[in-house]
Amino acid sequence: MALLKSNKVIYCLGKISPSLGVVSARNSSWWGGVQMGPPDPILGVSEAYKRDTNPKKMNLGVGAYRDDQGKPFVLSCVRKAEAVITAKQMDKEYLAIGGLGEFTKSCAQLALGNDNEVLKSGRNITVQTISGTGSLRIGANFLSRFHGPRDVYLPKPSWGNHTPIFRDAGMQLKAYRYYDPSTCGFDFKGALDDISKIPEQSVIMLHACAHNPTGVDPRPEQWKEISDIVKKRNLLVFFDMAYQGFASGDIDRDAWAVRYFIEQGHNILLSQSFAKNMGLYGERVGGFTVVCNDAEEAKRVESQLKILIRPIYSNPPMNGARIAATILNTPDLRSLWLEEVHGMANRIIKMREELVAGLQKEGSTHNWQHVTDQIGMFCFTGLKPEQVERLTKEFSVYMTKDGRISMAGVTSGNVGYLAHGIHAVTK
Amino acid sequence: MSVFREVPQAAPVAVFKLSQDFNNDQFPKKVNLGVGAYRTDEGQPWVLPVVKKVEKIVVHDDRLNHEYLPILGLPEFRSSASKIALGDDSPAIQENRVGAVQCLGGTGALKMGAEFLRRFYNGNNNTKTPVYVSAPTWENHNAVFANAGFEDIRSYKYWDAEKRGLDFAGFLGDLESCPEHSIFVLHACAHNPTGTDPTHEQWKQIADTMMRRNLFVFFDSAYQGFASGSLDKDAWAVRYFVSMDFEMLCAQSFSKNFGLYNERVGNLTIVARDADNLKRILSQMEMIVRTTWSNPPSQGARIVAITLNSPELFSEWKDNVKTMADRVLLMRAQLKAKLQALGTPGTWDHITEQIGMFSFTGLNPKQVEYMVKERHVYLMASGRINMCGLTTKNIDYVAESIHEAVTKVQ
Repeated sequence: MALLKSNKVIYCLGKISPSLGVVSARNSSWWGGVQMGPPDPILGVSEAYKRDTNPKKMNLGVGAYRDDQGKPFVLSCVRKAEAVITAKQMDKEYLAIGGLGEFTKSCAQLALGNDNEVLKSGRNITVQTISGTGSLRIGANFLSRFHGPRDVYLPKPSWGNHTPIFRDAGMQLKAYRYYDPSTCGFDFKGALDDISKIPEQSVIMLHACAHNPTGVDPRPEQWKEISDIVKKRNLLVFFDMAYQGFASGDIDRDAWAVRYFIEQGHNILLSQSFAKNMGLYGERVGGFTVVCNDAEEAKRVESQLKILIRPIYSNPPMNGARIAATILNTPDLRSLWLEEVHGMANRIIKMREELVAGLQKEGSTHNWQHVTDQIGMFCFTGLKPEQVERLTKEFSVYMTKDGRISMAGVTSGNVGYLAHGIHAVTK
Repeated sequence: MSVFREVPQAAPVAVFKLSQDFNNDQFPKKVNLGVGAYRTDEGQPWVLPVVKKVEKIVVHDDRLNHEYLPILGLPEFRSSASKIALGDDSPAIQENRVGAVQCLGGTGALKMGAEFLRRFYNGNNNTKTPVYVSAPTWENHNAVFANAGFEDIRSYKYWDAEKRGLDFAGFLGDLESCPEHSIFVLHACAHNPTGTDPTHEQWKQIADTMMRRNLFVFFDSAYQGFASGSLDKDAWAVRYFVSMDFEMLCAQSFSKNFGLYNERVGNLTIVARDADNLKRILSQMEMIVRTTWSNPPSQGARIVAITLNSPELFSEWKDNVKTMADRVLLMRAQLKAKLQALGTPGTWDHITEQIGMFSFTGLNPKQVEYMVKERHVYLMASGRINMCGLTTKNIDYVAESIHEAVTKVQ
């Protein structure tokens, strides 16, 4: 505040005396009023973890897969694909605004299934995006420009970044019930109830699988009812699929909801990320799809997506998309990928089982079934903020205040310690 | 009933449509003088030898993985990239008031800068602040600022079509008469599309006027090194403004000077009043990045960072850059000589006076149409040609085509 005041004084002096005017321009700042942005809650967790000297510390905030040694995992299929690409010695010419054709084609096929009627009739447009965030942002911008209603309904809770992305794009955020803290499961009745009241043509965001942050997914019968009520309310469906393959280990199973909705006649918007399922985090590989009425409409939508993309970053980065396309389109690399993604999902599932077993061994009387019922990278433990605080202070286990842990940070080496800590703060 | 049935077909982006048309053309002597990418004398894209070398290093280094970069990007990239623009010995850097955001190419850097300015410059969310871009300018400048929310985008006089040079009096006039606090997008060197840059003396006058009138300096630096062949020469204007104590932004692209076009390597350099300002600015930049792309792509930034931070590789890179710049200079000299030899009406000095990848030939739209349709020589409707599209093998054909266009079409 003092800095602001002194700027004002100098500026006023400048107005009185022309010679001081030059001084005012040099000593004052355009940015005196810029406040310090709020610290990122998840980053804060990682920073605190780094500072901790306890050798048994655990970082369960990180949303990136770790192997059983707690190390980042570069998939073999990725290394192999990189070798293939390097050998080809390709040029570095700009990609088209919509991205690498081989990538967008195989990206859509992966989500929808090779034989999907949508792909056959060419009534989808799929563009390459800057991973999941970039995809959601393009989608949000597209809705803001071309869709009348401003409201986007998110499940409660949802990924923290959904809200600012849509808000920055000019949309308004609302919510529908989703997580039931009393069961640590899906509030099916609450969700249906809320969705049935959403005004027509509003946008509804659905997590395709491995809901972030809760790990709670609807069962197929529940998805069917959701589809019905969404259809009845004439809502525009926006699927966020960041974990295809990573959730159950099976890419088709994880895409079931997306494909079912399309089958049921929903012309959906879809965001895909290859950050987790191919471990391509920093390469920023993603796709955005709009399922249209027909190929002609898809062409019009495509032209508008290009107009949206060009003033943001002109065209997308090649490296990651080239790796992903190579993997998806080379049979033995694709098989290897499916194995590896299965492996990652299995390790997570195993850690869930071992955590529950560990808690039972510790003598916990609580029901921990939700830990194995939930799916994907994250687990909503049900721990309360005070319990989380104790877990961090007394056991150096770092997680977000909402009780969310990243199962990726759990290893066979530390799962017992984690069980011990959780039991200690909840008994 | 589709929610998108009303979505209109948008016009294609001109420069990419031109390339598309070129690609579809079967004429054996066709020449592409459109999109701004370097070509060798064989008319081929050129992956810089130093880039190939560094890529091999990266792909074989098992310690490297594909984890997320920090939101603001790879630290080694950001700092070395800013040093390239401002100079190793920049007092602003010594004073800890220079920061940077790794962005997706020059476009991404302009975008981040524009979003920041719209939120925080000249009040909060002041979308009415005028943004001035040169007449003419890179065709995407307007859209970047408009999409960031600015409602009042104007042009400042720049190109004098009559004398085929800089309309300096007009430029200064606009600087004098524009509203205080207006934002000016300045081309650091190798102005796109005209290839015409102010002289040092003219830059000094521009800086004085901008300081006196409280105008905001936003440099677009897409061709450092590529213009004259010297990194320092090409950064003269940017460094002069820094020495004049401006708080400013500089959007850097490494697409051309590193030939890394499709890896989207850019850097928004921020020169702040002091370290505290810088800290707050960067924290707000993080918020903007987070809702746009979360964190930037790692491959290209790694290549640049490794190169800039190794003395031998840095030296090799400078050589590669000079190779490109020299070929362009040679083509300029040869084109002018051939047009003069042909006796093509008009003066052609501007071809060698202009600098960088582009030349504003002065051909009018009808003459351009003739070039494209009759001669299969593809250039932008503005008369802009990419000098890199010229080779020793096609330069005669191009010179003849220009000669025909000028003599046959008015």
